[in-house]
Amino acid sequence: MEGDIVQMGAYIGAGLACMGMGGAAVGVGNVAGNYLAGALRNPSAAAGQTATLFIGIAFAEALGIFSFLVALLLMFAV
Amino acid sequence: MAAEAHGEEAGGLVFHPMDQFIVKPFFGDGAVSWYTITNATVWMALAVLAVFALLVLGTSKRSVVPTRMQSVGELAYGFIYKMVEDICGKDGVKYFPYIMTLFMFIVFSNFLGLLPMAFTPTSHIAVTAVMAFAVFFGVTILGFVKNGASFLSLFWVSSAPLALRPILALIEIISYFVRPVSHSIRLAGNMMAGHAVIKVFAGFAAIAAIAPFSIVAITAMYGLEILVSFIQAYVFTILTCVYLKDALHPHH
Amino acid sequence: MATEPLDMEVAGTCVSEFGGAIGMPQLCGEWFGNQIFWLVVALVAIYFILSRIALPRIGSVLAERQGTITNDIAAAEDLKVKATEAEAAYDKALIDARAEAQRIISAAKADIQADLDKAIVTADAEIAAKAAESEKAISEIRAGAMQNVEEVAKDTAQAIVAALGGSADAKTVSAAVEARMKG
Repeated sequence: MEGDIVQMGAYIGAGLACMGMGGAAVGVGNVAGNYLAGALRNPSAAAGQTATLFIGIAFAEALGIFSFLVALLLMFAV
Repeated sequence: MAAEAHGEEAGGLVFHPMDQFIVKPFFGDGAVSWYTITNATVWMALAVLAVFALLVLGTSKRSVVPTRMQSVGELAYGFIYKMVEDICGKDGVKYFPYIMTLFMFIVFSNFLGLLPMAFTPTSHIAVTAVMAFAVFFGVTILGFVKNGASFLSLFWVSSAPLALRPILALIEIISYFVRPVSHSIRLAGNMMAGHAVIKVFAGFAAIAAIAPFSIVAITAMYGLEILVSFIQAYVFTILTCVYLKDALHPHH
Repeated sequence: MATEPLDMEVAGTCVSEFGGAIGMPQLCGEWFGNQIFWLVVALVAIYFILSRIALPRIGSVLAERQGTITNDIAAAEDLKVKATEAEAAYDKALIDARAEAQRIISAAKADIQADLDKAIVTADAEIAAKAAESEKAISEIRAGAMQNVEEVAKDTAQAIVAALGGSADAKTVSAAVEARMKG
């Protein structure tokens, strides 16, 4: 019984942790969207900033990956 | 918990998204000790062979007008070389072989891991953490060797107001020490997530009604994973370059 | 975890007896040593492949290509300069040739003019001589004609006188005719 409750809590926690991915999605969309908006205003400067774009996306996405990792840990490792 | 599911294989949906990451001896059974040749070893070796084939066999003719293989190799060389030169400056170019090593290993591990039944070494936190901590310690030691104590000015943001500087220094130091963690988990997490998601979709294919959707979803995920494989290798490399730049030119 | 691991050799703390993963395989400490060891081997291998063979070779190929391209561009530049020079030389030759032609034409013109003048002078002289000759001939002829007319007139007058029945000696008739012709 006790183990079941722990397991239930872990699954609920894993589900809650998945919400963090939505935040990462917003962040990545924000980065890419702002990049596109800036690139359309000044297309000549866009090519030089793709590296920055990818770094920004990587940082935003890493946090989503962290929440995914927490979910996985709750599912499989706790 | 997950182990319980493995007992009853008969019927129903069975998800084993994590089984693909199991390290097992390649020849025969038995325990995995540190020198055992495992599936991880084999796929790392294949990555090394792929690097060798692309960059050594592909360029063996040294032709001025390149063949297809040679131009791909030159493209990779030029891509990383330009990245190192752009971000680290001229004095970063002598670290180019190390960065190229990391990039080629990661990109080939990622791509070879996309083959069906393959094992992805970069999906394991142990592998990426070794690379990330190697970069972290290498860069930190290099920074102190090159700049001495003035390397610490990396944490002292001289452009900020004086009152804010101690707080900023604290934040900078924390973010500096979090770097290897995020650096390694980003790569391993992306690789693991993609493969696990594909596996989960594959699990849905057992239900006939959902199977077409499942196959379409696997195809789409596979395309995304190809993109992610390259982008994560690129991001790992470019962050290495950024950290190296901080070590070479710590002043803001 | 929930199920007790059976005492099989394959089953460790990370893998169940059915070959499934227990927990996350990524966090299984048993495998860390193996992965790290082989990762280091792989990275060192790649590093030596790259730094000893591949990168110098690709670098030299790229440098060589750059050199070839630069040389080709320089050669093309040279050829272009040469072409420009050749064009200038050609233009100059053309202008010279034109001037020469002009000169030859004017010289020829002058020659022809001189010849022409000489010929005209000669022709004029000849014409004048011929005209003088002709003049003389004409005047001779005229004088001859006059005389003839006179003789004819005398003869005619004598004949007319004879025909009219008179007799006239030649002297009188000729004197009369002469007087009449003078008149």
